[in-house]
Amino acid sequence: MSKKVRKRVRKYITIFFRVRKKGRIHVKRGKIRYPITKERLKNQFLNVVRNPFNMIVFFSLIILFCLIVIPLLQMVASTFTAAKSEIRRIGGKPGDFTLYYWRYILLSNMSQSTLWDPLKNSLIVGLFTVLVSVPLGSVLGWLIVRSDIPGKKLLGMLVVIPYMIPSWCKALSWLAVFRNERSGALGFLAGLGLQIPDWLAYGPIAIVLCMSLHYYAFSYINVSSALRSINSELEEMGEICGATKPQILKSITLPLVLPSILSSIIMTLSKSIGTYGVAANLGNRIGYYTLATKMKVFISDGPRNVGYAMSLVLIGLAALIIFSNQRIIGVRKSYATIGGKGGRSTDMKLGKAKKPLMAFLVLFLFLAMVMPMFILVMETFQVTTGNGYGPENLTLYNWIGTVDQAQKYTSYPGIFQNDEFGRSLWNTVRLTFIGSLITALCGQFLGYISTRGRGRWYGSLTEQLVFIPYLMSGVAFSTMYFAMFSRPHLGGLIPSLYGTFTLIVLTSVVKHFPFASRSGTANMMQISTELEEAATINGASFWQRMRKIVLPLAKNGFVSGFMLTFISIAKELDLIIIMMDKKTQTMSYLAFTYSQEGYNQMADAISVCVLTFILVCYIIANRFGADIGKSW
Amino acid sequence: MSRIELININKYYGDNHVLKDLTLTIEDGDFMTLLGPSGCGKTTTLRVISGLERPQGGVMLIDGKEAINAEKAFYLEPSKRGLNLVFQSYALWPHMTVFENIAFGLKIQKLPKAEVTRRVKDALKMMRIDEFEGRYPNELSGGQQQRVAIARAVASNPRLLLLDEPLSNLDARLRIDMRSELLRLHRDLGTTIIYVTHDQVEALTMSTRIALFKAGELSQVSTPVELYMNPTDLQAADFIGNPRINFLEGRAEMESGGLRVRSPLGEHLFPKEDMTDEAVPQGEFPVVVAVRPEQIRIETKETPGCLPVTVYANQPAGSETLVSLQAGKSDFLAKQLGLVHYKINQQLYVHIPPEKINIYNAESTRLLKRARLDAADLPS
Repeated sequence: MSKKVRKRVRKYITIFFRVRKKGRIHVKRGKIRYPITKERLKNQFLNVVRNPFNMIVFFSLIILFCLIVIPLLQMVASTFTAAKSEIRRIGGKPGDFTLYYWRYILLSNMSQSTLWDPLKNSLIVGLFTVLVSVPLGSVLGWLIVRSDIPGKKLLGMLVVIPYMIPSWCKALSWLAVFRNERSGALGFLAGLGLQIPDWLAYGPIAIVLCMSLHYYAFSYINVSSALRSINSELEEMGEICGATKPQILKSITLPLVLPSILSSIIMTLSKSIGTYGVAANLGNRIGYYTLATKMKVFISDGPRNVGYAMSLVLIGLAALIIFSNQRIIGVRKSYATIGGKGGRSTDMKLGKAKKPLMAFLVLFLFLAMVMPMFILVMETFQVTTGNGYGPENLTLYNWIGTVDQAQKYTSYPGIFQNDEFGRSLWNTVRLTFIGSLITALCGQFLGYISTRGRGRWYGSLTEQLVFIPYLMSGVAFSTMYFAMFSRPHLGGLIPSLYGTFTLIVLTSVVKHFPFASRSGTANMMQISTELEEAATINGASFWQRMRKIVLPLAKNGFVSGFMLTFISIAKELDLIIIMMDKKTQTMSYLAFTYSQEGYNQMADAISVCVLTFILVCYIIANRFGADIGKSW
Repeated sequence: MSRIELININKYYGDNHVLKDLTLTIEDGDFMTLLGPSGCGKTTTLRVISGLERPQGGVMLIDGKEAINAEKAFYLEPSKRGLNLVFQSYALWPHMTVFENIAFGLKIQKLPKAEVTRRVKDALKMMRIDEFEGRYPNELSGGQQQRVAIARAVASNPRLLLLDEPLSNLDARLRIDMRSELLRLHRDLGTTIIYVTHDQVEALTMSTRIALFKAGELSQVSTPVELYMNPTDLQAADFIGNPRINFLEGRAEMESGGLRVRSPLGEHLFPKEDMTDEAVPQGEFPVVVAVRPEQIRIETKETPGCLPVTVYANQPAGSETLVSLQAGKSDFLAKQLGLVHYKINQQLYVHIPPEKINIYNAESTRLLKRARLDAADLPS
């Protein structure tokens, strides 16, 4: 070996092993170099290990990684792995690497109906939902915050109520109004003798309108809180300068709320593209599939890996949308007033426009809330739907009738007599209680790690990991978990959770991590680090600190976080639909199934029960100070 | 009751070198004040001593035993250092009553219940807040919360008491009351106290010694009197003293008999005994003449050795009067006890005792000539 080469080799060995001529390894620490000695290493190790906080962070990160990153990677891997059921077509043996599934959805002659058409439909539905709901919500927000419309407090409360109603419930009430002969039973309008065309009752128009009446709440809440934080003096200045009201709206108000409008567009778009319940209820029966609904078909009927591939497409789409949100809006999340007293607000006089706008509001509330619910509730009392409300058509059978009392041919007794309903009710209660308890606890923990680790690597890493489930729509996320946990892992250490209640709880918990963690973070920020430092100085260990200081102070925030997660899980259909079967079904699943099978009144009755359950929870949550605006 | 030695302490926050090679000894029984403007590192020093922060370099000894050795990565836990800390924000636990707040540390030590009660009641009595025993912190005023925070800190009989700007959240009158409370506390307990503040009046009135900080380094460590009469550099001189010390430009030259200084105050020859150990430049060099407002004696009639001045402004402030004076192109401020009314542009004569003047090297900003301390200046 030449001298030059030997020199270079030695240099690399030195760099690799960090060994210097004197035989001691030096480490740089904040610009101070210390020799590594046994004692130093021992002390450093003890410093890390003796602090329970470090251990908690360590294990939390590992668990988060296993619950979030690994399932995603696993699902990606599945889409490239041949499954037993497709071996006939692919050749080779199960477990082989294959591009079959991706070719199936992208390049085969099945692709059009499998991927491209549903994708197109998803995008269309998403786009139009945005076009309808964002202006609707923004205008409502402006009316209630900025104008002098009467009855603001009441209106403010009423406007948010439609969001409490699960979107699949709204789909059922839509059907209650617009159903035609195609479904085998008539809806309210058809029952009055009106000819309801298919394109109105089902398909994209129905889906868009239904979803708009649900997701307008995002725009409403975003825009109204933006308006509340902006000083009205900005608009008053415009008036003094001589601008007319439309001019002020266009040049002053609109630009100021633009960031929140953009943010609502993004949220609405990503949510509506991934929605399952509404699209299934209103689209499946006429063969109008979106990406989410088509995906479910593949997961239930196979080939499953095709479904996983579609789910990845969905996730990619959502990630694209949300990251472009970061790009477009960037740091300017909202315009808060600079300087001055800020926050004072006088209402803009509507003058001549007041009566028409009031009428619009009332009409909106009537259409979005009152009428659908009324018709839904009434349908539960009808023998034959669409047959009117004459006494001969009204019955309590759907609620309390037994099979031998059946007037029409039906195989199910009234829901309160129905064992299946009883079981689904029990499952719902079980799921919401256990799920939200675990989620809320985890959320507080994650919040603690995020706040105490603010600015450190583990704090930011935790926040990033926890955000990932938010990117995925309910069906995509549950598909991922279904993929991962349908088989045993670690040689049986983690058994297959296929068909178990545990899987559903696990999925609900992790999907709600982003929300719970945000709530936990806000709660923990209220507890100043100095309170904990004072305890440390007075001799408290980590666990004593948690028990005596942090936990008592975190209690109230925990309760409100718990209640809001509770409500969110109770409403849930999209998230759990993939994994449910007869044994584990919740009320929302049962309602959906009945509706698909044509037992509309039963489905409606179950929805009414779910609604009551949710409303009661909201009232209780409000007593504890929970804020509805934070509940998604 | 505890002797603290900080040796070459270095603390970084990221790339920010907050404490630079800090070496400081706090003797047993001292009331040591860490004084300096915001951001100079005094609170960081306190937190390093308490164990809430870990320095990257240096050693700390408590009573001769190692509590910090950065090289060995050894950091003794805060609870084992025999100290307690009063936070600037008091950090009272809102969900506990006053009694429970004070009893917290004692219960952690697993003291018997009777002992806990006794000690809590003693602490309450010492801080004169007996009647607030069952109240919650949010039911107390700022001053009362302050007392609870101090009671909590002293209840555990610490050998070292640390206070982080405890009076900064109180109004002016309450501050003066609390200062006397803290002084009595120091005398009664005999504990070593380390006190952090940016208020020099607090530092001067309460401490046995003051450590003046400047951007992470120690500028001067001395008794309050010494710091007040002989600040080691211009920055320290400017920081200490209310109203501010007067600075005048002058020129000086070292002669065989001493330092000859020419300034708007006239010509002075200062004897060699009054000079500090600082090196004096050769030849003539610029100096800053520093004199405190209260050292300037104002007379209405001309006397030998006085300086004629005119009145620029007159501010009677109740117990004292601040008079802005002009001599030639130089302005300075004089402080006179009681209410005096001088007219603007009135001709006056001032007498400044030369032994009370400080001379600073204008370029190096260091003290060259000390002021002499009378028996009246020193504490008895």
